Amino acid sequence: MKTKNKKTDWSYSPALESTDHVRISTKNDLFINGKFIPPKKGNYFETINPANEKKLADVAEADQTDVDKAVKAARTAYENVWSKMDSSERGKYIYRIARLIQERAREFSIIETMDGGKPIRESRDIDIPLVSAHFFYYAGWADKLDYAFPGKKAKSIGVAAQIIPWNFPLLMAAWKIAPALATGNTVVLKPAETTPLTVMKLAEIIQEADLPPGVVNIINGDGKTGQAMVDHLDVNKIAFTGSTDVGKMIMKSVAGTGKKYTLELGGKAANIIFEDAAIDQAVEGIVNGIFFNQGHVCCAGSRLFVQESVAETVISKLKDRMETLIVGDPLDKNTDIGAINSKMQLDKIKMYVDIGQKEGGSIHQSSCSLPEKGYWHAPTIFSDVSQSHRIVQEEIFGPVLAIQTFRTVDEVITKANNTPYGLSGGVWTDKGAKIFQVSKAIRSGVLWANTFNKFDPTSPFGGYKESGMGREGGLEGLMPYVNLV
Amino acid sequence: MSKREDIKKTYKLYIGGKFPRTESGRYIKWTDPKSTTTVNICRGSRKDFRNAVVAARETLCGWSSKTAYNRSQILYRIGEMLEGRRSQFMDELVVQGSTKKGAEKEIDQSIDRLIYYAGWADKYQQIFSRVNPVALPYFNFSYPEPMGVVSAVAPNDSSLIGLVSIIAPIIAGGNTVVVLASEENPLCSITFAEVLHTSDVSGGVVNILTGHRSELVEQFSSHMDVNAIVYCGNKPEEIKLIQENAALNVKRPVVYSDENWFDKNTQDPYRILNTLETKTTWHPVGV
Repeated sequence: MKTKNKKTDWSYSPALESTDHVRISTKNDLFINGKFIPPKKGNYFETINPANEKKLADVAEADQTDVDKAVKAARTAYENVWSKMDSSERGKYIYRIARLIQERAREFSIIETMDGGKPIRESRDIDIPLVSAHFFYYAGWADKLDYAFPGKKAKSIGVAAQIIPWNFPLLMAAWKIAPALATGNTVVLKPAETTPLTVMKLAEIIQEADLPPGVVNIINGDGKTGQAMVDHLDVNKIAFTGSTDVGKMIMKSVAGTGKKYTLELGGKAANIIFEDAAIDQAVEGIVNGIFFNQGHVCCAGSRLFVQESVAETVISKLKDRMETLIVGDPLDKNTDIGAINSKMQLDKIKMYVDIGQKEGGSIHQSSCSLPEKGYWHAPTIFSDVSQSHRIVQEEIFGPVLAIQTFRTVDEVITKANNTPYGLSGGVWTDKGAKIFQVSKAIRSGVLWANTFNKFDPTSPFGGYKESGMGREGGLEGLMPYVNLV
Repeated sequence: MSKREDIKKTYKLYIGGKFPRTESGRYIKWTDPKSTTTVNICRGSRKDFRNAVVAARETLCGWSSKTAYNRSQILYRIGEMLEGRRSQFMDELVVQGSTKKGAEKEIDQSIDRLIYYAGWADKYQQIFSRVNPVALPYFNFSYPEPMGVVSAVAPNDSSLIGLVSIIAPIIAGGNTVVVLASEENPLCSITFAEVLHTSDVSGGVVNILTGHRSELVEQFSSHMDVNAIVYCGNKPEEIKLIQENAALNVKRPVVYSDENWFDKNTQDPYRILNTLETKTTWHPVGV
């Protein structure tokens, strides 16, 4: 099987998800105080489908006045209704949201794929099911907070300003909104400017669920809108998922204000393959680690470390596997790798691929053909790189893997930890003792042993070092939204 | 017969298990409230702080990988040593302006606090760990790990009890620490270093500096190899500064303002948690 059979035809007939039953409003207003209202200045921006560059809808841009309106609505709802409501009743509303999402899951999946470019298989099987699961999990916490923190009473904080990224739009909204509501806080949430649509759909669901007006407010806009949210004097808590650079700016902005914050920032995870690993499974894990969601994953396994003795085998199997990855229409159920989220992101990925080559890395890309319209990037791996290379140190947020080899356990631990980040890591070996040794030594918040990129509402997620502050998910995920007294 | 003259103590820094003078050669003249005693206190520098961080980083692996039982015993041992040196602390606290009764209470509480956290050293993990019931065929568990090197600015208005209340939860959690002692009441801090030195605490686990807060808070909060900063105080401009500087490497800023360290409410395992990180591990179940 060493010789590659170039003639093997891996192509499948297209299996397109139909979109005729999906309703996308062409004009999306701000969702404030339970109503859809136009922005003060009347500015709207476009959101497009990155797979064909076609415009999907116009979205209202919130300025400072609109932010203020949203925060006021959230404050009023907090003081008058939400913080006073019986906690079990609060829980019921959140359960209701979970159920409504389940009922409309297919519609949400399709819009997520159209607006963001991710394969329908992922939005259908991972994103949207996790969204409803997340609401369902935290709904149940609402009236059980007395049992969460022994010796302490958990008190709500107030108004939370939440800013989320474009890689898992609705899922990140769920990660932010569900624990905030369960603990009795109200929220103002801003999706990323390239992926507002599913979150605007969530606003519909929040209306349908009869949530008291102002408990959840959703506004759109770019960094300026986010800054206005962070700086607003009546906001008690900031929850942000995004780049480390912006996370640092937020820390500076809120310094001295007494606002609480949680940050889920960048990553550069080490995925470590030992010689005694189940190699075929490990190769699947490498693929899942770096090519899942086009590599637009903060916890992506973007640094691969392979033990020298099996490096040749692993890399050759990886290359073979890459050839079978189907890059193309995200709405096709066969698609493995969809569209890059935006032109800006595509340019960034290309820049890093360029840097990788200029710095002496050996590049290999799968020979897939890319559609002409839209933003695409072939699965890419680099070998002959070392710790000092920029593509090894910096987060690319695309389907680009940097491969290094190692000989000893100590060596790979040192290399894996040689990064300012610490979000996640992977270790592949059949030896239990080695799993515990390595997973303990890796300085990161999530460690996948003989697996990668798994998520669950009950499982805390978040980073060490420059990958962030605080956890989302699980019991730990309640902590950022309460004061313990 | 002439009267015997005392041997006066030289107050130095405590870095990496050694008692050096400040590399800067600078000093602060410290005089007690009644103006009866004057001593030269080291005016620690940025370089002293950096050296201390290096020492703290070097010893981190050793300290954090000790068994919880062992760490617990070492904290208990610090309590034992402090108990044995009561009279020395009595004298110093009185010189610093405490009443005899007040000093006695402060020493009692400091010892009790050490014993309190000694007991937590092998228990907080169980309070803050979980097995998470994921909806996938995986075994998933979360447990707290030390954040790493912590810098700490001890309360200014308290001497021994403040210092102990800050150090104990940080090291109980497996972190190493560089502490800036109270500027107003510095005497006990170096004497406490002597207690640590005889308590099986490896050199570098706790490092104690003296100096001007106004000068050192900047360094304590901006160092890139520090993972968390614990600040005790209520100066808004200092709190803002450390929270801003924390952004440089996303270190965790922990602020304790207006705490009455004599109050038992200021001790709980959540203070250990304040300098811990949660790690979550996944493993498939089945073949």
